[in-house]
Amino acid sequence: MSKLEVLSPLPGTFYRRPSPEDPPFKSDGDAVAVGDVVGLVEVMKNFQEVVAEVAGSDIAFKVDDGEAIMAGQVIAELDA
Amino acid sequence: MKLASVFIANRGEIAVRINRACRKLGLRVVQAASAADMDSLAARLADAVVEIGAPPAAKSYLDIAAVVEAARRSACDAVHPGYGFLAENADFADAVVAAGMAFIGPDGDAIRLLGDKVEARRVAQTAGVPVVPGSDGRIADLAEAAAVAEEIGYPVMIKAAAGGGGRGIRIAHDAQEFARFFPQASNEAQASFGDGGLYVEKVIERARHVEVQILGDGERFVHCFERECSLQRRRQKVWEEAPAYELDPDVRQALCDSAVALAAEVHYRGAGTVEYLYDAISRAFYFIEVNTRIQVEHPVTEMVTGIDLVETMIRIAGGEPLAVTQDTVELHGHAIECRINAEDPTRNFMPGPGTISALEVPDDPEIRFDTLLYDGYTIPPFYDSLLGKLIVHGSDRADCLARLRRALKRFRIEGVPTTLALHRALADDPDVIAGNVDTRFLEPWIEQHFAQPKPQQEV
Repeated sequence: MSKLEVLSPLPGTFYRRPSPEDPPFKSDGDAVAVGDVVGLVEVMKNFQEVVAEVAGSDIAFKVDDGEAIMAGQVIAELDA
Repeated sequence: MKLASVFIANRGEIAVRINRACRKLGLRVVQAASAADMDSLAARLADAVVEIGAPPAAKSYLDIAAVVEAARRSACDAVHPGYGFLAENADFADAVVAAGMAFIGPDGDAIRLLGDKVEARRVAQTAGVPVVPGSDGRIADLAEAAAVAEEIGYPVMIKAAAGGGGRGIRIAHDAQEFARFFPQASNEAQASFGDGGLYVEKVIERARHVEVQILGDGERFVHCFERECSLQRRRQKVWEEAPAYELDPDVRQALCDSAVALAAEVHYRGAGTVEYLYDAISRAFYFIEVNTRIQVEHPVTEMVTGIDLVETMIRIAGGEPLAVTQDTVELHGHAIECRINAEDPTRNFMPGPGTISALEVPDDPEIRFDTLLYDGYTIPPFYDSLLGKLIVHGSDRADCLARLRRALKRFRIEGVPTTLALHRALADDPDVIAGNVDTRFLEPWIEQHFAQPKPQQEV
């Protein structure tokens, strides 16, 4: 089964939840539809949503909550 | 303790600023840097750099254990926290002292006391500083609350005692509205916060933000006059001035004296700022809070008083008595600071990190530019968007504005979006020139001037 990738559009700090008290947008193993929010990137204290441009199942995150990322970096993989 | 070395536990332009003060005092400088800041201007200017953690601030500049350990291992005598990050964290101040170093700022207990809004209000009242008129704590009974509202004068705010961030607030313009809103607000507070407790506070309709710079060594206290910081966007100051405009001498005296009284009340040690709301109509000022750190906008005060605030706070932390006396603190002319951020005002202030491809700062003895920039620097995405502060001094406000307009025209930063265009437009705006602004001025003004691309003007 081929893998699809969710990429970060921006450099910054990646977050998997809307706020520290909230559950994550997606957990490993969840299905993802096009347009689903999978995380946030904080760029200079400004939060931008990371939206899935592909649909798939069994999401596997490659970046931890609160980790630094670069633009174009793979945030998660999906099964097609 | 005579200081020989300082650990700078911050980044960006303020780290560069602290470095400059340390150089003036002949101190060795060790700079804390996250992995993303090893190439920063502050790191380049330091005698030594210690990498304290990963780029996200939570893993570096906000990590108390990592910062204290780095400072201790670098054998520094003192830690300067700058502003933001851990600057007003009482536990950090305590940890620095527990590790055998001086904290450049007030002690942990003072930070704790003044950081608590209710406690700070109580201290202010004890010192005779006017606070926003309101009920003395929570108030349960409608009749009692209505009497308080009548006494302080409508309009009043009904606030949930357990609320925050603007939630659970209602504004009543008269007694009828008050009688209707009070029970509603109580029920809503009970439903939202599990606590129906309310308090009542006067609404200041056209408030300006005015703040007084204070210095203290624990025994001697002075003010360095006030700053005007009414131009704000999303509660962030954008443009600051010293002194405040059109403040009558008697009001200025009372305002500044009240800040000194507050400093004396808590035996303040270091540089601090007492913030007020100022009602230009009634000429009344009301205490808001105390900031126990050096502030972003401190340079405007330095420009009009000639006092080096960062140097002074380092000297105080080293145990020197405050050298400046109140009668020697004088106002000379006027100063304005523009915060230049890596944000695009035409795209809702979207920030843009990137690499500086051109940097031209006008050369003028009346201009100061406090910055983290150098030509070719790549601005990391992990921290705030402040690129630098353009500070201009003039013989009076009109002269200062004229110099500012010239400076902004010749200023050039390329490679990232900047807010220079915002400042150019503000410097030309009739209301800004007239000082006809309050804290609610800037946001609608931006909507009008920047939210939509301007249609072509027909002549």
